[in-house]
Amino acid sequence: MSMLEVNNINVYYGSIHAIKNISFRVDAGEIVTLIGANGAGKSTTLQTISGLLRSKTGLITFQGKPLGNIPAHKIVSMGIAQVPEGRRIFQQMTVEENIEMGAYTRPGSEIAKSMENVFLHFPRLKERRKQIAGTLSGGEQQMLAMGRAMMSKPQLLMLDEPSMGLSPILVDEIFEIIKAFHESGTTILLVEQNANKALSVADRAYVLETGSVTLEGSALSLMHNESVKKAYLGE
Amino acid sequence: MEFLSYLISGLNLGSVYAIIALGYTMVYGIAKMLNFAHGDVIMVGGFISYYALDAVFKKSGLPFWFSAIIAVVLAMIVCTVLGVLIEGLAYRPLRAAPSLAVLITAIGVSYFLQNSALLICGAQFKTYQSIISGTLNLFGGGLSIPYVSMLTVVVCIVIMVGLTLFTSKTKMGKAMRACSEDKGAAQLMGINVNKTISTTFAIGSALAAIAGVLLCSSFPILKPTTGSMPGIKAFTAAVFGGIGSIPGAFLGGLLLGIIESFAKAYISTQLANTIVFAVLIIVLLVRPAGLLGKYVPEKV
Repeated sequence: MSMLEVNNINVYYGSIHAIKNISFRVDAGEIVTLIGANGAGKSTTLQTISGLLRSKTGLITFQGKPLGNIPAHKIVSMGIAQVPEGRRIFQQMTVEENIEMGAYTRPGSEIAKSMENVFLHFPRLKERRKQIAGTLSGGEQQMLAMGRAMMSKPQLLMLDEPSMGLSPILVDEIFEIIKAFHESGTTILLVEQNANKALSVADRAYVLETGSVTLEGSALSLMHNESVKKAYLGE
Repeated sequence: MEFLSYLISGLNLGSVYAIIALGYTMVYGIAKMLNFAHGDVIMVGGFISYYALDAVFKKSGLPFWFSAIIAVVLAMIVCTVLGVLIEGLAYRPLRAAPSLAVLITAIGVSYFLQNSALLICGAQFKTYQSIISGTLNLFGGGLSIPYVSMLTVVVCIVIMVGLTLFTSKTKMGKAMRACSEDKGAAQLMGINVNKTISTTFAIGSALAAIAGVLLCSSFPILKPTTGSMPGIKAFTAAVFGGIGSIPGAFLGGLLLGIIESFAKAYISTQLANTIVFAVLIIVLLVRPAGLLGKYVPEKV
């Protein structure tokens, strides 16, 4: 049994058929990436898993339990956290409050320890803990969104375009942290436009095009696939 | 001396506006909707406390102050339940609907409450017995301050401080702020958005009950439309101070009350409302987000 199984889901925005019969799986301990162009349905897929959107047909199971009718706020306590596209940190709250919100589902007594753990990964957030989150730089906001998501102690961490809008140095830094999260035992589902970067850390990958999975395989095999090279790796 | 007495009456009125505005602003901040029925919850609070005070004090032989407390608590409980019911039955089904649909529903709920009150309590207005009577005479009788004015201002400050602490220190309060910024992201944190909105309505409606008691204690005419004008004024006060902002609602309410009181005293009783709304328009022209409101551009 895989940790996350997505079977033939179809998602609509009104009359727009955004996701067409997508299936994929994520096994415990893996880093799996969904790559594809803008509008391919990557973010929609993640939002459907976390319960913000609903699939019309198909089945999503996590640890064998179907997620279909579970409200988004309960999916978090099952062990899935999402770092949403565009970070979506709480701009008017402090850094510390943002991190606390990430631990909303956990008992108050555990928060301090987990927060220290987040600060180990992101020392810069510790320096700015009392600062209003909206005043952070883009890279810091991304770090905050990631630290916040880790506060729920997820088994599966879903990251939506973590490299978006960041300088190459920061992108490297973010990917190092993704690897560190993975090494500490978190399974990762990564959505990226930066296919190069994503394939370099992932075990397996799926290519999405206009709402469907068109290719899948090990990250290594996709990296050497001619059509992937042409379309996504800029070679 | 006259000036001081107008100022005190303005502070009294303004504190009532501020308490109502706090309810408006919290609901707007979190649910992003204008609950135009908020003013009518005040009226319900007025009627419940009126009948409760009457029944408890006359039949139980308890001291008046104790009967008054029972009446206020009862009004708060009834209004809290009413607020949660209104939200759950009328607004929740429209969570994904366009905001215009919600606005029209709110106006519908407002008329529903007014007409229900008309049906149950009748059209004849009631003379409300103030929960606290008497005045404090200063300067050898030159200045008299009604105790109810003092009580109203104190209660208003306590509520403002309480709400500020609640939203900045408690888990539920922080969850409310998170919901007010981004409901989707809040859900991703595990926050139950529906429960948070319900709680907001509960708090807002309990405040409306208190406002109802204090309003009727200062201006003792109680009828089914008692809540509508103060409701609109308080909404104005919330916008004036910066809608969504707790200190803004407080400041906006107090200023509106003082402006209204001075306008009545020094310019014209008939023109008082005109002046109040003219000031609002001017403030909004200069500061579109209100006095303390922050204009937050959307980041892409």
